[in-house]
Amino acid sequence: MDIILNSGSTFVILAAVVGFFMAWGIGANDVANAMGTSVGSKALTIKQAIIIAMIFEFAGAYLAGGEVTSTIRKGIIAGSHFIDTPELLVYGMISALFAAGTWLLIASALGWPVSTTHSIVGAIVGFAAVGVSPEAVEWGKVTGIVGSWIITPLISGVIAFVIFNSAQKLIFDTDKPLEQAKRWVPAYMFLAGFVLSLVTIKKGLKHIGLENVNLGIVNFEIKGIGGFYLAAIIATIVAIIGKFFISRLQFDEDLAKEAHYANVEKVFALLMIVTACAMAFAHGSNDVANAIGPLAAVVSIVDNDGAIAAQSIIAWWILPLGAFGIVAGLALFGHKVMATIGQGITHLTPSRGFAAELAAASTVVIASGAGLPISTTQTLVGAVLGVGMARGIAAINLGVVRNIVVSWVITLPVGAGLSIIFFWIMQAVFG
Amino acid sequence: MARNTILGVFAKSPIKPLVKHIQIVIKCSQLLIPFFNACTAQDWSEASKVRRKLSKLEEDADSLKRQLRLELPSGLFMPVDRADLLELLTQQDKIANKAKDIAGRVLGRKLEIPPSLQAEFSVYLVCCLDATEKAAEAINELDDLLQTGFSGREVILVEKMIDQLDAIEDESDDLQIILRKNLLAIEKDLNPVDVIFLYQIIDWVGDLADLAERVGARLEILLARK
Repeated sequence: MDIILNSGSTFVILAAVVGFFMAWGIGANDVANAMGTSVGSKALTIKQAIIIAMIFEFAGAYLAGGEVTSTIRKGIIAGSHFIDTPELLVYGMISALFAAGTWLLIASALGWPVSTTHSIVGAIVGFAAVGVSPEAVEWGKVTGIVGSWIITPLISGVIAFVIFNSAQKLIFDTDKPLEQAKRWVPAYMFLAGFVLSLVTIKKGLKHIGLENVNLGIVNFEIKGIGGFYLAAIIATIVAIIGKFFISRLQFDEDLAKEAHYANVEKVFALLMIVTACAMAFAHGSNDVANAIGPLAAVVSIVDNDGAIAAQSIIAWWILPLGAFGIVAGLALFGHKVMATIGQGITHLTPSRGFAAELAAASTVVIASGAGLPISTTQTLVGAVLGVGMARGIAAINLGVVRNIVVSWVITLPVGAGLSIIFFWIMQAVFG
Repeated sequence: MARNTILGVFAKSPIKPLVKHIQIVIKCSQLLIPFFNACTAQDWSEASKVRRKLSKLEEDADSLKRQLRLELPSGLFMPVDRADLLELLTQQDKIANKAKDIAGRVLGRKLEIPPSLQAEFSVYLVCCLDATEKAAEAINELDDLLQTGFSGREVILVEKMIDQLDAIEDESDDLQIILRKNLLAIEKDLNPVDVIFLYQIIDWVGDLADLAERVGARLEILLARK
């Protein structure tokens, strides 16, 4: 207990530095997966992708990252177990950050597709179960989180399948696909805008202390029906802007003769800009917690002088710190990572990409609202497979899909093992 | 770095190379028209020049076929059956092989089409080549088929093309029967060995249409699965 009173600020600074670097790593590496489909299908240039990612990753992390951060901070660990020994929780959370960061560094160097979410959850469970006691883990919650890792790719796959088939029925399998695309694409934009703003309004805003949104004429109480209205208004604005840009598109008649759907894809490319924003937002909202969740736990303990408070809110500076870390990573290294993606030839057209992105973004952002830390990449892979099931993608490399699944399974024990080692080292150093 | 991004999930599409393959095959078989023109004019040096071009295109088609096979490992998840796709490729390739065989055999023997049959023969040749072009047209639709998830009106459109292809093949059969009958009428005045080879060439040209029809049939099977 004394150690927290004496060296509390040391721990906070340590956790903040490691957390910031973790966020930085998420920005540099992980964002490429969120934005990859948009860049790969040539709906966005690398520069545009980075600008969108910077804005929407930050917004997602800051506005909607709170629930997942809370889960990482106090959902996995049984706080009651640490009432007499809060320093163990501080050591553990810092070890978990070190472990996840180290593993990500190794995996990135070797080119393995690992998930930051799985690393951090594995690391937290690891130090608590082995370093402290199996009873220090909320196994019920952990089972729920692990279950969500299996279910969310499935759900996003089903959503992608449905969205893709709806686009086929409404747009592609009609007499005038281009006319139909102009009519229906704004509806998909509305859908993307609605899901994102609804989750943000309902679940995210309370972490930044917003209870109602006053627009002067009307006051929206976000807890009640007002939240739905507000989300619908935002979504309508998104759709109207989308419709405006669609009306300004230049269509090439000659191109239409050569490739039937080339002009239709131009409309979908606009939609993909919206879903790319959604994807970046969803990624930010879920993955920022991996970096700052443990930090939030450390700060909460130190601020309360060692008391483990169940109800305390996240310190005001933590979400922006994580959001800023992601943006810094993007700004410094995003270009390089994106360039590798841009070079790869992908036979992915915007009409397929949007279905996968919209499904994945919706699933991830709903999981964020529910406080479930999930893997954006795996959710996206689930969505891609869903489009594949609808016979929409020329060829999916099942070997790569298998690698992603294997990396997920391996990451858990590795994250746990590393975190246990760091935990023992910290215990030896600080006593 | 690229390996740990989501884009590794998307494998190279086999559809574009498949379309490109049949385009080369068509370009190759189309050369039979200038080839037979040169033969009719007894310009054997021109004929051998055309045959070399034709043979080069056949090789290009062959190497594209091999490359496509290598790029299609079994761990791919595709909207169409892999075996069907490879079978379709094999059928496409046979058209180019046959065109090369025809040119080789005619040039090797300096075989002349009897003047009284020349007009009929070139109509017959054009008809068989039309069948191959129709097949290529149907294969060209694969891109659009992928866009529409291999369902709906695009499938109906392709089926219509395959019907047209079958009709052209039927027409070529009729032309072949007439051509054979007319050859029969004059064969006693010709060199018997040449006659044997003339029948063979007529057969082989007819095979072009048959093979085109089989490409259409494979495409139909490919669409019918799942």
